[in-house]
Amino acid sequence: MGLVTATAARDTSSNPFAQIRGYGALVRSGFRRYATYRQATVAGAATNTVFGFLRCYVMLAVAAGAGGVAAGYRGDQLATYVWFGQGLLAVVLLWGWSDLADRIRTGEVATDLLRPIHPVALYLATDLGRAGYATLFRLLPPVLVGLLVFDFYLPGRPGTWPLFALATLLAVVICFACRFLVNATAYWLLDIRGVTVAWALGSSVLGGLYFPLRFLPAPVAAALYLGTPFPSIIQIPLDVLVERDPAPVQVGLVGVQAVWAAVLLGACQVVQRRAERRLVIQGG
Amino acid sequence: MASVLTPYRHLLRGQVRAQTAYRASFVVNLVSNVWATVADVLTVLVLFRVTTSLAGFSLAEALVMVGLSACGFALADLAAGNIERLRHYVRTGLLDALLVRPLRALPQLLLMDIGLQRLSRVGVGAAVLVAALVAAPVEWTPARLALAVLAPLAGALFFSAIFVAGATVAFWWVESGELANSLTYGGKDLTAYPMTIYGPAFRRVFGFGLGFAFVGYYPALALLGRPDPLGLPGWVGWVSPAVAAPAVGAAALLWRVGIRHYRSTGS
Repeated sequence: MGLVTATAARDTSSNPFAQIRGYGALVRSGFRRYATYRQATVAGAATNTVFGFLRCYVMLAVAAGAGGVAAGYRGDQLATYVWFGQGLLAVVLLWGWSDLADRIRTGEVATDLLRPIHPVALYLATDLGRAGYATLFRLLPPVLVGLLVFDFYLPGRPGTWPLFALATLLAVVICFACRFLVNATAYWLLDIRGVTVAWALGSSVLGGLYFPLRFLPAPVAAALYLGTPFPSIIQIPLDVLVERDPAPVQVGLVGVQAVWAAVLLGACQVVQRRAERRLVIQGG
Repeated sequence: MASVLTPYRHLLRGQVRAQTAYRASFVVNLVSNVWATVADVLTVLVLFRVTTSLAGFSLAEALVMVGLSACGFALADLAAGNIERLRHYVRTGLLDALLVRPLRALPQLLLMDIGLQRLSRVGVGAAVLVAALVAAPVEWTPARLALAVLAPLAGALFFSAIFVAGATVAFWWVESGELANSLTYGGKDLTAYPMTIYGPAFRRVFGFGLGFAFVGYYPALALLGRPDPLGLPGWVGWVSPAVAAPAVGAAALLWRVGIRHYRSTGS
């Protein structure tokens, strides 16, 4: 196989409407693809629900032991935190995405490089469709179950819901970019299981899934929020939702997310370009 | 006897060679598996930063439960954890290839996917248990020492049974996804905390109905010499390792029914 680079195939029409239509089709196809995995959706939502119960009981015990307020979260805020967190981890798809790595290992990625769309944009568009599906069928069911059993804190400020929606969208983009980078290590390593496990742990512990990061000493929490992308994936949207901080801080946290989204998407572009230069299609 | 086991030994050796082929990745695997248990322990430590007691249990006492749970789970995960790949074998039809060999299907599956990279996690689990037992106020007797060794081993059997039982779901429901995780990984989390924190209905179903209460909580009470706030008599902690027996029996039965029900993918 000769020289295959994404740039070699980049011959798009300059018509912006055609491009938008193309991305729209990709988003829809992502939605439809995951909509066909109906049994997996039911199984996933059921699993998140069981974990919701587990984590919620632990957090309520912590709040009770701390005299009602644990690190600035009341019991009902922690309940909301846990249950939305269980749904959110499916929306951002924290674990279990190896599409790109599989295609690199098998050499199928060559097909992606021949398409007239940049690979990062291609995968991001389908992932947004997937996230839309997950919001309806993976986020809402566990949250409704939790709402029936536990006392939830519901946002009181009018701006919180739209801000939470924006924070969730940014979280999807950030998580996608991280997954893309993790998968792209396959260009160099081929077997990425180790990297995947490291990512799964880093993202869940440092992302706020095991415990809210405010439980840590304040300087450590601040360093994580600003210095790593992990809190931007789960912790920040949930902090926004349960109104842990005053409104200006709420907005500032979403700003942190926006910076991370831009930085990571840029990193994806750079990594993709370097990978294409050294890519040897397996078995070619 | 040796000739009966030879093919299994070859399977195991093949796995060892295959899994260590990408050496750098294997090392990363070993290290990241340590982190899974470290993360569980870290979580408990962090929770105790904001509270001094969890449903009346101190940090050291809670860590005894974490240690029992982590140790038993890590051993089971090493031996039987990868049985969760069964649904992949059912979907692709690979299971047929196993069934036509003159060997038992379950041992083949366990050996084919043995999780060597989880060896490191067993070490960490044992270290956590020992450290917690040293830190906690345990009045040592020969019986307590025996229980401290027996309880994690029984826990390993119990969790292995859960792994196998969870995987058999794939015989009926191929796309069951991570549903089994709620009992395996969820069970690990469930057993790591005192049963008193859970709601009554939840505790009745998962703690007593499925038996998870007898893996971490009740042995820990017996080791610590504490009465049960839920009102069960003191001897329950001493006999709780026996819970592994019905669990293994039930898993074996489920497996047998499942594999008889299996009709290949038909493609």
